[in-house]
Amino acid sequence: MTIYQEIKKSLLVSLWFMFLTFPIMVIKVNTIEQTIDWHWWRLAGVGVGVFFLSFLWRYAIARKEAGKKKAEISGEEKVALIPRLMGNPRFYIPGLIAALILVVAFPFVFSMYQTNILITALIYVVVGLGLNIVVGLAGLLDLGYVAFYAVGAYSYALLNYHFGVTFWMALPIGALLAFIFGIILGFPVLRLRGDYLAIVTLGFGEIIRLVLENWNEFSFGPSGIANIPKPSLFGLQLSLQQSSIFIYFLMIGLALMTIFVVRRLQDSRIGRAWIALREDEVACQAMGIDKTRTKLSAFALGATWAGMGGVVFAAKTTFINPTSFTIWESIIILCVVVLGGMGSILGVIVGALILILLPEYLRAFSEYRMLVFGVILVLMMVFRPGGIISGVRRIYKFEGQNTIAENNNA
Amino acid sequence: MDYFLELFLGGLTRGSIYALIALGYTMVYGIIELINFAHGEIYMIGAFTGLIVISVLTMLGWNSIAIIILAALIAMLYSAAYGFTIEKIAYKPLRGSQRLSALISAIGMSLFLQNYVLLAQTSNFLPYPNLIPTWDFLKPVGHIVRSTEIVIYIAAALVMVALTYLIKFTRMGKAMRAVAQDRDMSMLVGVDVNRVISFTFIIGSSIAALGGVLVASHIGQVNFYVGFIAGIKAFVAAVLGGIGSMPGAVLGSLVLGWTESFFTGYISSDYEDVFAFVFLVLILIFRPAGILGRSDTDKV
Amino acid sequence: MKPVLDVNQLTMDFGGLRALDHIDLQVKPGEIVALIGPNGAGKTTFFNCITGIYSPTKGDMLLTRPEGDSSRLNGLKPNRVTERGMARTFQNIRLFQNMTVLENVMIGRHCRLRSGIPGAILRPPANRREEKQVVDDSYRMLEKIGLARYVNEFAKNLPYGAQRRLEIARALATEPFLLLLDEPAAGMNAQETKELDDLIIRLRAEMGVSILLIEHDMKLVMSLSDRIYVVDYGKKIAEGNPEEIKSNPAVIKAYLGEDIDA
Repeated sequence: MTIYQEIKKSLLVSLWFMFLTFPIMVIKVNTIEQTIDWHWWRLAGVGVGVFFLSFLWRYAIARKEAGKKKAEISGEEKVALIPRLMGNPRFYIPGLIAALILVVAFPFVFSMYQTNILITALIYVVVGLGLNIVVGLAGLLDLGYVAFYAVGAYSYALLNYHFGVTFWMALPIGALLAFIFGIILGFPVLRLRGDYLAIVTLGFGEIIRLVLENWNEFSFGPSGIANIPKPSLFGLQLSLQQSSIFIYFLMIGLALMTIFVVRRLQDSRIGRAWIALREDEVACQAMGIDKTRTKLSAFALGATWAGMGGVVFAAKTTFINPTSFTIWESIIILCVVVLGGMGSILGVIVGALILILLPEYLRAFSEYRMLVFGVILVLMMVFRPGGIISGVRRIYKFEGQNTIAENNNA
Repeated sequence: MDYFLELFLGGLTRGSIYALIALGYTMVYGIIELINFAHGEIYMIGAFTGLIVISVLTMLGWNSIAIIILAALIAMLYSAAYGFTIEKIAYKPLRGSQRLSALISAIGMSLFLQNYVLLAQTSNFLPYPNLIPTWDFLKPVGHIVRSTEIVIYIAAALVMVALTYLIKFTRMGKAMRAVAQDRDMSMLVGVDVNRVISFTFIIGSSIAALGGVLVASHIGQVNFYVGFIAGIKAFVAAVLGGIGSMPGAVLGSLVLGWTESFFTGYISSDYEDVFAFVFLVLILIFRPAGILGRSDTDKV
Repeated sequence: MKPVLDVNQLTMDFGGLRALDHIDLQVKPGEIVALIGPNGAGKTTFFNCITGIYSPTKGDMLLTRPEGDSSRLNGLKPNRVTERGMARTFQNIRLFQNMTVLENVMIGRHCRLRSGIPGAILRPPANRREEKQVVDDSYRMLEKIGLARYVNEFAKNLPYGAQRRLEIARALATEPFLLLLDEPAAGMNAQETKELDDLIIRLRAEMGVSILLIEHDMKLVMSLSDRIYVVDYGKKIAEGNPEEIKSNPAVIKAYLGEDIDA
């Protein structure tokens, strides 16, 4: 009886989606050549696909509801597998060593092409961790994050073009400029409520991109800047391959430094304030936290990392133009953070590796990349807002905790 | 003087277009406090559905007036269906969770819909036939205003009157106002909140679709990306007027339309899009409640 | 001695609605004062005004440390008010749900700590000492309030009564000399209310804080308070000790239908 009803439900949903997708999916029009193609098989595909997916959807929703209730009753949450393994030295020390060996050996074992892909992924790890400070920890949805990435990239490109500034000088300068931009942009907008903040940062991101596109005298407009030098190593002449390997290790170093910094920040007075601010702004202020200053520190610090990422990006590709800095780039970085787990360092790393490496290796599906990103954002929010690897709070141990508690009870 | 009039009417056209989209934004925001990022895509899907209907019926040799009316109606129906479905999938399961989550979900939906149309149809700009006839009596002023624009003004005005009636005088309108005021309380007194929310999405989406068909006819082309920038601008207009307020959305749209028109007409057209964003940033910083919005203090 | 809190002619308008109408109120050092009144009388609005969440239309608010220095609260942001020594709890519990109990209290210590971003990254000895200190202090605060056994639980997983107590612990962690409690006993059973009664008395004795509370539980109000203010429709209709309030005809009229003979 219930199975019967379930099938009926799925059938109805399937029919609904066949109706819904009918014109867009089936009737492909081309008003340039005045042709109309009918793709009836797509309709069948939608029907069958949705029929099965709707079972899955209802099952997942039911499980989510049940999980919510269970957590309410038992009052405790399961610690997920990965954080539990991370907490156990028997697992994570060998794991860490294995990862280290893999990381060091990678550019020597695999081709330059593979190394370059991994460099891209590592850039996303770094900027993702930066955005994680803003979105994951402080709960500020920044849709213009790529603007700071552009600031970093253009400051290296332009400083090099005009004054011959080297990569190593540009790295801190780019970071500093992005930081300053973060303060300048953040100061007026951080008073706004969360969703307005998202729109205004999106606006700022687009303003910067459009200015870069239109202000030819400054940024060379849409044609961009070419021949940006790759980073040097004590003035040595590096072959293309050596240079890739060098950038690879540079990025590994930068990623490690970022992880170190973000970890320490998370466990500090400021980091706690960020997380509390994400939870409840009014309560935060009532606890004596300066809302604007705390938000600004997260915003500007996140920007700094985007700036560094931008400098490396310019050095890696040796050519930049405004098309690398569209709103969609911001959304991809956001995807990295959301998929991996907002507020979780390991999560962001995993998220970046999945989102950047998978499309590279599944070339056949590369045109579906953005479609899938959209689906990921929705599904993650609906079913697993914490991401693949959700952040864990630090546990503090106290001597004689139980006895004290009992005394108090008595 | 003619140039001024041209810019003025051009601004009015822009404003009316923004209004048709902004109304949906503002209605949804008023009810569930969510910036429905996918609203621009609903508008785009409306335009595309209209194009498909137009293409098919033109091939069948129908009369052009009948085609444009039917195209608009079917586009409205489909966009309403999309709006309804999107709410059920991407927003309803997130009710009661953090606002950030719903917002990210909305961005995901927007991204999905753009690429859905891109993959199912094409990434190229498609020419959009304008089936609205050129009226004879407009011939003398043809260089200033076209009949499509007149239709846009009329459509926008009719929609506003109809919406005002709906909100002020119908049972559903009353329920919508109640839910906007206090969702939990409305639920307690027996308002079917789910129905009200669905209804809001349906109405907002069909208005956007009407806008989509008219604008595409006016501009003469469409692609999968037109919804995004139009959506953002309409959102600027909604915020400018005071988000959540319907007269505000219309007023904000007109103000934005005119300022854009005069700015590009008299000063520079290079920075047309920058201008809208700068405008948005300035409003939010100096008057976040908008022209007609009430400044809301956080409930504590 | 000067009152720790001296509010004069406080008025708050929302649009055309006058939520508070020329309210005067004083809390003297070491006093427990209750602010009572029917629902919607403006009690929470009063708290929101003096803690800087709303900016009042009119009126003066003066906070005086027991040591004697005063500061005007008008125009101060909420965090500045807390820094000056007045902390509050919320009627609808506003804990940091996804943080642990200990972390909630550590947030309360925030404004008494100094370390900034460079300190957080480099962790010099001073910073390490401060971090250790805040953990210890916060734990001791939890012991004092009787929540030590929940130290590593998420705040959202605590029983209701414990959440209310955690709000108090978090507010006390900011080192206030005046504590504002907004319906601390709401939703508590008789046993929990009794414990709360003892706790508040103990806090005053041990920490020397003055307390201003909003409460609907008349039994608790009458047993705790030194003085009571009654507001209705934003106006003060009575003030006095519990005995005077119980027999005040205006109060009885305002509460008609509500049970106050506790």
